[in-house]
Amino acid sequence: MMGNWIIAPVLLPVVAGAFLVMTAGETAQRRLSVVAVIAGLVLALALAASATVSGPQVYLLGDWPAPFGIVLVLDRLSALMLVLTAGLSVFVMAYVLGSGWDRKGRHFHALFQFQLMGLNGAFLTGDIFNLFVFFEVLLIASYGLMVHGGGKERLQAGVQYVGFNLIGSTLFLFALGLIYATTGTLNMADLAVKVPLMPANDTALLRVAGVMLLIVFAVKGALVPVQLWLPGTYANAPGPVAALFAVMTKVGAYAVIRVFTPIFPPGSPATGSLYADLLLPAALVTLTIGAFGVLGAASLFRMAAFAGIASMGLVFTAVASFTGEGLVAALYYLVHSTVAGALMFLVADLVLRRRGTGELRARPAIPQAGFLASLFFLSAIASAGLPPLSGFIGKLLVLQATSGSVWTWAVILGGSFVMIVGFARAGSVLFWAAERDKAPPAPAPDRAALAATLVLAAVSMALTVFAGPLTGWLEPAAALLIDPAPTIALHDLPGPMGED
Amino acid sequence: MEFLFASATGLLTAAGVWLILQRRSFPVIVGLSFLSYAVNFFLFASGRLAIGALPIVGASEAPTDPLPQALVLTAIVISFGMTAVVVLMALGAFFSGGHDRIDLDRPGRGEDRP
Repeated sequence: MMGNWIIAPVLLPVVAGAFLVMTAGETAQRRLSVVAVIAGLVLALALAASATVSGPQVYLLGDWPAPFGIVLVLDRLSALMLVLTAGLSVFVMAYVLGSGWDRKGRHFHALFQFQLMGLNGAFLTGDIFNLFVFFEVLLIASYGLMVHGGGKERLQAGVQYVGFNLIGSTLFLFALGLIYATTGTLNMADLAVKVPLMPANDTALLRVAGVMLLIVFAVKGALVPVQLWLPGTYANAPGPVAALFAVMTKVGAYAVIRVFTPIFPPGSPATGSLYADLLLPAALVTLTIGAFGVLGAASLFRMAAFAGIASMGLVFTAVASFTGEGLVAALYYLVHSTVAGALMFLVADLVLRRRGTGELRARPAIPQAGFLASLFFLSAIASAGLPPLSGFIGKLLVLQATSGSVWTWAVILGGSFVMIVGFARAGSVLFWAAERDKAPPAPAPDRAALAATLVLAAVSMALTVFAGPLTGWLEPAAALLIDPAPTIALHDLPGPMGED
Repeated sequence: MEFLFASATGLLTAAGVWLILQRRSFPVIVGLSFLSYAVNFFLFASGRLAIGALPIVGASEAPTDPLPQALVLTAIVISFGMTAVVVLMALGAFFSGGHDRIDLDRPGRGEDRP
């Protein structure tokens, strides 16, 4: 049991971030930042070990009893997301230090820590309103990170990004108001108890609230038709920030899994299969748009952004089944696509640093072209889902979970093909169609950044090798979502429908 | 009172939705503020409307639900901060770009820069 340590992944970045704001020297900032991300990874691993050994745990903030106070829930799902975020933050920080991105503006390290605080909080909380608050924390930090380094295009894309997400936040609040008005609670475990008990003719408002929540999470997860903000944002964000944002879209998928599986499952008498019926077509269209975006993108970063949209389509396709098998596949693919998406943005940034432009047109040859081409090849294989990297196993799991649906299979396999063609086109333009007569510029001094990218590619391979143990570890996590009784029992809730 | 409250919330939402569909960032920001006022009203109503009831047990005859008031306070603080951020970013985009249109220049051309 971890007791009070459950809140530590939220507190550590806050404290580190606050000190980073006050630290003046660049070396001191970098040191503090590195210590904070490594400590965060150790903490996340310790919590994951605890969730594996002792099962789900609940932390009552201020010791207020469950439906009235805010609770944090540590189970395998939240532990997985914590480890994923902390692991990614270590790689991104290594890349940032190696490439000197943090020198291009002020307060990069502090914003980075506040971003981690918002992500960790969103993954740990067991209260929907608290989820909203942590969404805002991670968003407000991401606004700062997104425009880091400044520039006209970046600021204009930033305004779009902020506007889109503020509309999403407003919708989130409307949904929360409706949920509180109909059920009288915002605690996720309490909702999982109360929603199925609602009389059938009282559920119209609740269904509306559920659809609004789905739209909000779809905005975060870049699901069609609210994916429009993503390409502009990711294409204009600094490379390592876009790599960190690979986990931000996953927050949307995580929230759908966390909220909809226990509270609004397809078998629920209150809401029926409404959400699964909405989610599946949207996910398949997302996958298609992402795949064709990869094929048609005019620049490297936009291509990587569309690959991210396609991966979210696949994750949501698996989630829409709301079965144990589907959720395991979705979670495995979620981990894989975070690694693969981040890898692709880091490789894109490495290429951009040498090439000066991400435009997919023939340009003078770049230094270290062979090495970078291999890295790009690896990241393309991972994103497109070809063997031997983890995307292949992830896609296989999703196909297995959705077997029996011809349309789903056709879209997934067809989408993979279109993506392979798109990556092949981009790779040939970037590395083969170079103008050889001009001498390449001197290589940029970024050995640490190269190393960070290389190790991240190795992580994708490790995910392939350890796919068996990982999916085995994920099965109890999915089972706990489908039958949340053990988690609900930990909350010690008063009787259903209480004194209302 | 219900009619007044509901029509005020609806009017604010309608004004907000109309404004966020405009093409310049100033009306969009004003629209976002309208929407946040509307949602604050809406959250307040989720605890049921009552006149003269205090959110403290024993302070009035029938206490009202204190939770929506806490939610509204949180929402006000967050939307205030967010409005400040979006105003700053829009000003930055306006001064560096020379216009406050919300759409990107030449979208899709992909002028990535390091």
